[in-house]
Amino acid sequence: MIPPAFDYHAPQTLEEALSLLDEYGDDAKILSGGHSLIPMMKLRLAQPEHIVDINALTELEYIREENGVIYIGGLTREVALEESDIIHARLPLVSEVLPLIADPQVRNLATIGGNLAHGDPGNDHPAVMLALGATIVAQGPEGKRSIHINDFFEDFYMTALEPEEILTEIQIPVPPQGSGGSYKKLERKVGDYAVAGVAAQVTVDGSGACTSAGLALTNVHYIPFKVTDGEDVLVGSKLDKEAIEKAAGIASEQCDPSNDLRGSVEYKRAMVLELTRRALRDAANQARG
Amino acid sequence: MIEPKTSKKICGMGHRMKRKEDARFLHGQGTYVDDIKLPGMLFMDIVRSPYAYAKIKSINTEKALEIPGVLAVITGETLKEYNLHWMPTLMSDTQMVLPTDTVMYQAQEVAAVIATDRYAAADGIEAVEVEYEPMKAVVNPHKALDADAPVLRTDKEGKTDNHIWHWESGDREGTDKLFEEADIVVKENIYVPRIHVASIETCGCIADFRPATGKLTVHLTTQAPHAVRTVIALVAGHVGLSEEKVRVISPDIGGGFGGKVPVYPGYVIAIAASVVIGKPVKWIEDRSENLQADSFARDYHMVGEIAADKDGTMKALRIKTLADHGYTDAAANPSKYPAGMFSICTGSYQFENAFTEMDAVYTNKPPGGVAYRCSFRVTEAVHAIERMVDVLAQELGRDPAELRMQNFIQPDQFPYHSPTGWEYDSGNYPAALQKAMDMIGYDELRKEQAEKRARGELMGIGVCSFTEVVGAGPSKDFDILGIKMFDSAEIRIHPTGKAIARFGTKSQGQGHETTYAQIVAEELGIPALHIEVEEGDTDTAPYGLGTYASRSTPTAGAAAAKAARKIRDKARKIAAHLLEVSEEDLDWEPGKFFVKGAPDKSTTIQDIAFAAYTNHPQGMEAGLEAVHYYDPPNLTFPFGSYICVVDIDKQTGEPKIRRFVAIDDCGNIINPMIVEGQIHGGLTQGLAPAMFEELIYDEDGNILNGTFMDYLLPTAVETPHWETGHTITPCPHHPIGAKGVGESPTVGAPPAIANAIVDALSHLGVTNIDIPITPFKVWKILKEKGVTNA
Ligand SMILES: Cc1cc2nc3c(=O)[nH]c(=O)nc-3n(C[C@H](O)[C@H](O)[C@H](O)COP(=O)(O)OP(=O)(O)OC[C@H]3O[C@@H](n4cnc5c(N)ncnc54)[C@H](O)[C@@H]3O)c2cc1C
Repeated sequence: MIPPAFDYHAPQTLEEALSLLDEYGDDAKILSGGHSLIPMMKLRLAQPEHIVDINALTELEYIREENGVIYIGGLTREVALEESDIIHARLPLVSEVLPLIADPQVRNLATIGGNLAHGDPGNDHPAVMLALGATIVAQGPEGKRSIHINDFFEDFYMTALEPEEILTEIQIPVPPQGSGGSYKKLERKVGDYAVAGVAAQVTVDGSGACTSAGLALTNVHYIPFKVTDGEDVLVGSKLDKEAIEKAAGIASEQCDPSNDLRGSVEYKRAMVLELTRRALRDAANQARG
Repeated sequence: MIEPKTSKKICGMGHRMKRKEDARFLHGQGTYVDDIKLPGMLFMDIVRSPYAYAKIKSINTEKALEIPGVLAVITGETLKEYNLHWMPTLMSDTQMVLPTDTVMYQAQEVAAVIATDRYAAADGIEAVEVEYEPMKAVVNPHKALDADAPVLRTDKEGKTDNHIWHWESGDREGTDKLFEEADIVVKENIYVPRIHVASIETCGCIADFRPATGKLTVHLTTQAPHAVRTVIALVAGHVGLSEEKVRVISPDIGGGFGGKVPVYPGYVIAIAASVVIGKPVKWIEDRSENLQADSFARDYHMVGEIAADKDGTMKALRIKTLADHGYTDAAANPSKYPAGMFSICTGSYQFENAFTEMDAVYTNKPPGGVAYRCSFRVTEAVHAIERMVDVLAQELGRDPAELRMQNFIQPDQFPYHSPTGWEYDSGNYPAALQKAMDMIGYDELRKEQAEKRARGELMGIGVCSFTEVVGAGPSKDFDILGIKMFDSAEIRIHPTGKAIARFGTKSQGQGHETTYAQIVAEELGIPALHIEVEEGDTDTAPYGLGTYASRSTPTAGAAAAKAARKIRDKARKIAAHLLEVSEEDLDWEPGKFFVKGAPDKSTTIQDIAFAAYTNHPQGMEAGLEAVHYYDPPNLTFPFGSYICVVDIDKQTGEPKIRRFVAIDDCGNIINPMIVEGQIHGGLTQGLAPAMFEELIYDEDGNILNGTFMDYLLPTAVETPHWETGHTITPCPHHPIGAKGVGESPTVGAPPAIANAIVDALSHLGVTNIDIPITPFKVWKILKEKGVTNA
């Protein structure tokens, strides 16, 4: 449980951090909350030669609302999100996921940027961001670029970020009137990664018809899984039992969970089915007001 | 609650005194082994086997020795030069310290690296190159005895199978006969899985050998420092470690639960390294090493049977067990009890006859079988009987509480001789169960359950009425490696009337510094705050067998009372001298002697103490102190009744404990707050195996959950609110009527929970679910029975 030796860098500015990353490229790892990276280093599963600790870059810790978009700095701690009035008022889906992520000790340090950048299909934020249609801002030596969340998760623990890039911001469009969101997670105990997790975000019009839907799954696929076909079924429906049942069925069939200590493939599909029902029901009720 | 006899100032038995030890723990000033830093100290780390069963073809240490800071790599061959590559286990089996040719389980110690700092040691183990030739491992204990199973212990001359021992208790023929004649026989396979104590502090030591004096001091995470000292002297006497030159110090211990009773290879390697290098060597396990390699608990595959009359009278009990011990029998049971006190399995019930037998086998898994917060295999026995009573109730269509009431040993039957040979000292089982039923509102709950069931909702109520057997033990039957299982207290009263009391036991969180002080306070009237309690240093404490199996209060606690009474006897003599009356004219009340009929003519224990050093009667030895080695006349038999209510989510299979009532009877209570604390902790450690914990191996013997990410320990979030209560049936043979309590809840909680969950599903024909009962397991049943639509 002791990592091999590495060089430690503590840049004080974003430019300094970016130039270190530029210099060391693949040999460097960004350290933010450290709650995913450090365990991997202790187990010697990750053996970076250089650690670029960005915790001094407090300018990356913020939660702001401007012109219908919520801007969250990449280094924002989970605990700050938990304590944010903006999040509770505007993004009930995020507000519901926060207490389900790890435990308070972890959330005091872990960052939303690290949670997304890690590319772990077991992390909970990715599905939430997929359901909300977020945009990721990455800053590299060549400047800033925006990546839509749908294009962000590329492979098992692989994201669209380059080794030289820092995830500096997450942008989430504020859901319009008539929206609702819910996250359901089945875990074996507190602090556990999900047996299955479901994020649902819907909007309805005055007639109760669904005008937009986001549905995504945690830990039942090799990457965080956006259930596009399920969303298509929901849009235009009244979010009635039949539509929900159909979308949940699609989620359950299309995901590709693995057999492990959390349960069999069959069990996980069943849990996706049930949790999707529950998440959609709650989201729809919220949306209807 | 019984009124305390002493004032709050004296704080004897029955007072809710705050724990004396807590101030230092809460201020972060405890001293655990890893807090100790000695000048010139070296560090050790251990190379472990990735395979469950493999030949070692070669070990190349060259690259490791090139790492700056690495001083030495110790292998089995190194130890063989000193004949220290094998060691005896507490069960008189043998265990490798380091292998010379074969590894027998995954994570077994293969070599040790000694370095000038912890980091170099960690790099060193990565650089040791070991070439293995993996072999087909024996993992399933049921297959270990097959004719074609490879014989694992080829080191044992003439060994032709993997059988360790056969053990039986009770009357086979008599029992069989009752089964043949019985109206009803129920039978069930019940597995109590392999789990781990997972104490917050892992194991470790600092071995500090000083070549100039020839003295070895070992700071060690041990529950039994004296026994370890003797073992070291016996095992390493031939290399010069004579017992007077060995000092074992067990400092603050962060949880033991049985896992710190055995001597682990790491300790022996560190000692050997210190002796050879002449410097202190520290070795501290990390969490995964602890979980993967140190002593497991349980792992009993049982087949239980009850024979009964149609009216529900239980006649006979039969249990046949297969015990998976891993590659060596390194359990920690008294010598004559290879299966511990498993034969307590007739529990709280009258059986005409009973028979239990067990076979222990070797497999390619870590050795162990320690008593995890249970007095030597009582958890397994209680799980078997308490599940079987429910199986019988279900078969008969009877209420499980009512069936228990019908079959309990009655209060007037004590002392009760059980068919497997125990003499239960005391008990009142119907009272405890009735109290639990009243507290939880049993009849109402049954009504609610019937209504819910009619609506298709899943709710269950589980009862467990356990009997424990603790306090080992009487010297005629109980020893460990030949050392009798007495325990000791030595009390010295200082001239100002304050005291130091030392014991052969060793607290690991039980609160001895407080309870022992309260016992002495009760007997001598010296305020408990003025009594310093010390344990764990073999150079100063009297010899004793240590703390495990809820034995401290029954043995050392009794010794404290007895030693204090010896002091009181001498104090009486001094008091007579001071008051110028004869001893017979004196009466005692806590803290002072007074002249009969003239209560104002008195002298306090403090005055007497001062006189013992300044004004003692001519011809009497000065001083005021006593030692007592207490040999208990019998074991003690704490008991209790627990009731658990669960609701099950039909779709996800999640069982949720709605209520849990625990009524315990541990005899007279020394400190109610400590007893409650013990019960809360123990219940949580009973919840854990019932619903979360199990060490899981694949068919090649790889451990699948060797970290806390997957080895699931419940937290406060998963833990229900425990509702506790008690009855008091004093132990008739213990000087202060106490029985021991630490383990009851760990023993009693799992069957209460399992019974509740099975009860919720019993109408579907479910008769047993092996623990841990996870949502996944429950969901599979619901799916199979067509109950869930998920
Ligand atoms: C016991 C435990 C339980 C947990 N349970 C859960 C859970 O239930 N759900 C859940 O979602 N998570 C869980 N986590 C993970 C936790 O939320 C992590 O902390 C989080 O996933 C990573 O965030 P971090 O800030 O700690 O990142 P770090 O560990 O510092 O970094 C993780 C990875 O992301 C990279 N990285 C970090 N920040 C940036 C950045 N700004 N730009 C580019 N790359 C970056 C790092 O280089 C590294 O590769 C758990 C963790 C622990 C220890």
